[in-house]
Amino acid sequence: MMDYETLGERLAQQGVSRRAFLKFCTAMASLMALPPGTATAIAEALIKARRPSVIWLSFQECTGCTESLTRSYSPTLESLIFDMISLDYHHTLQAASGTAAEAARETAMKENYGKYLVVVDGSIPIGNPGYGAHGGVSFVDHLQQTVKGAAAIIAVGTCAAFGGIPNAKPNPTGAVSVSDLIKDKPIINISGCPPIPAVITGVLAHYLTFGELPELDELGRPKSFYGQTIHDRCYRRPFYDQGKFAKSFDDEGARNGWCLFELGCKGPTTHNACATTKWNGGTSFPIESGHGCLGCSEPHFWDAGSFYTPLSAPTENIATVAAGAAVVGAGVAVALSAADRAKKRRAQQAHEKMTVKDL
Amino acid sequence: MDTQQLLDFVRGPGLQFAAAVFVLGMVYRMLHLILLGRKKNLAEPRGGEWGPGLRTIWHRSIQSVGLTPRGHFIIIVGYVFHFGFMITLLFLSQHIDLLRTLLRFSWPALPPGLITIAAILTIGAMIALLVHRFTDPVKRLISDYQDYLTWTLTFLPLLTGIMLKQGIGLGYQQMLIVHIVTLELLLIAIPFTKLAHMLTTFSARWYNGAISGFRGVQS
Repeated sequence: MMDYETLGERLAQQGVSRRAFLKFCTAMASLMALPPGTATAIAEALIKARRPSVIWLSFQECTGCTESLTRSYSPTLESLIFDMISLDYHHTLQAASGTAAEAARETAMKENYGKYLVVVDGSIPIGNPGYGAHGGVSFVDHLQQTVKGAAAIIAVGTCAAFGGIPNAKPNPTGAVSVSDLIKDKPIINISGCPPIPAVITGVLAHYLTFGELPELDELGRPKSFYGQTIHDRCYRRPFYDQGKFAKSFDDEGARNGWCLFELGCKGPTTHNACATTKWNGGTSFPIESGHGCLGCSEPHFWDAGSFYTPLSAPTENIATVAAGAAVVGAGVAVALSAADRAKKRRAQQAHEKMTVKDL
Repeated sequence: MDTQQLLDFVRGPGLQFAAAVFVLGMVYRMLHLILLGRKKNLAEPRGGEWGPGLRTIWHRSIQSVGLTPRGHFIIIVGYVFHFGFMITLLFLSQHIDLLRTLLRFSWPALPPGLITIAAILTIGAMIALLVHRFTDPVKRLISDYQDYLTWTLTFLPLLTGIMLKQGIGLGYQQMLIVHIVTLELLLIAIPFTKLAHMLTTFSARWYNGAISGFRGVQS
């Protein structure tokens, strides 16, 4: 571990020019919606920044978040920045295994106590400790032990941020998010299934620059990336406003690139930067590829009805319930009418005619 | 429960409940009226019932000669409201998405701009009718809380719908929840308030005409 080394020294070693580095800082400042002047401040802060120790914990996850971070961007400047942190523990990426790996984690924790960052991907099962363990230590204990000396926790991916797919009904393992378990540490949620790599590096750059986490929304996500909906920034938005919708995936509307709302796009209710930052080095994003947004950066997206049901349509069967209600309504009406008629009949029978004697 | 779960609830079980109350209430009220069991009129009929009944439905739906200016105002603004409401309800593409899942068929939507105009006219008509209710002494005297309640319950889905469509106020997700909840409140209230006239209006008009026809009175 080379934690004495600053980012500036490391970048120089790697042959990254100051121009390229400043371009990165400007892009980061713009991505995080910071004033243009802050790019220089970011550059100065990053150059002097010591490589923070990062411990990456993987729990109930599919490794998609790591795939997103490492594969899609390599070898761009973002991935270099990823190299610039001291990644001291990461199941998928580390060479060590078993007790050697755990020893690396413990050393990193001891040497950087109070300063290291913990990145978590995957949800944590609390139903039974046996559902997930590292070296005989349950996921819950592993998380709680590791975050003790952490400066902050970054929950990467919807599973770590909100419980994600393991948390979907019926949630057999009792999967929960990091924020459900840890209450005494700053937590930043970088949701998405997987999240956009630039968002992860953007948050790290922000932390290295300002020494604190960026402004978060009510779900703990950085506002600079999750402040707007996909719908707000979608290039197909004009078609929505004009009422031009694709009705199937191969009709004229789909071929013309019209709005995918009627095919179940969840863009209007999904906060993420896909429509602006895009994926695969800015190549495209799901809507650009012709498929609606699944809403993967929102909590409970897996339980929000079919991916192909429009947002304005019901998620449950209404027709059957309405038919049942009609039968019950008819039954009640017939029963009450029968009771009314019986009452009328009884009144008629009880009626006594007035006779001369009465007079 | 977070916002996403709240949206799932109002789109799912919430809507199921509101639809069940609406259908149960309407079927019960209509059938109960039909099964009331009116006494057979033993008098000699002096005319038919169907013709005069249908004529009354027609006559009460059009501008009659001799109406006061106030009468004309009510009829015209009433028409603007009812047609505007139906156009907004039945021809906005997002509403057709909802109805298609219930009815298994659909129809072409109108352009959103046209729907917005219809909705604004409807809202304008509702406000005009409310002002009239407040300012006209007779109208004010015969109005009770239910008139204002039904006005509010009808007005809210229109208002929140326009806000949702135009991006005014809350975010899309929150506004969609509010809009669906206002619709559900309206559905629940319809069978048990004056709004039940959406089913009883024409049968009541027919009945009035039919009575006149039976008695040989011009309907």
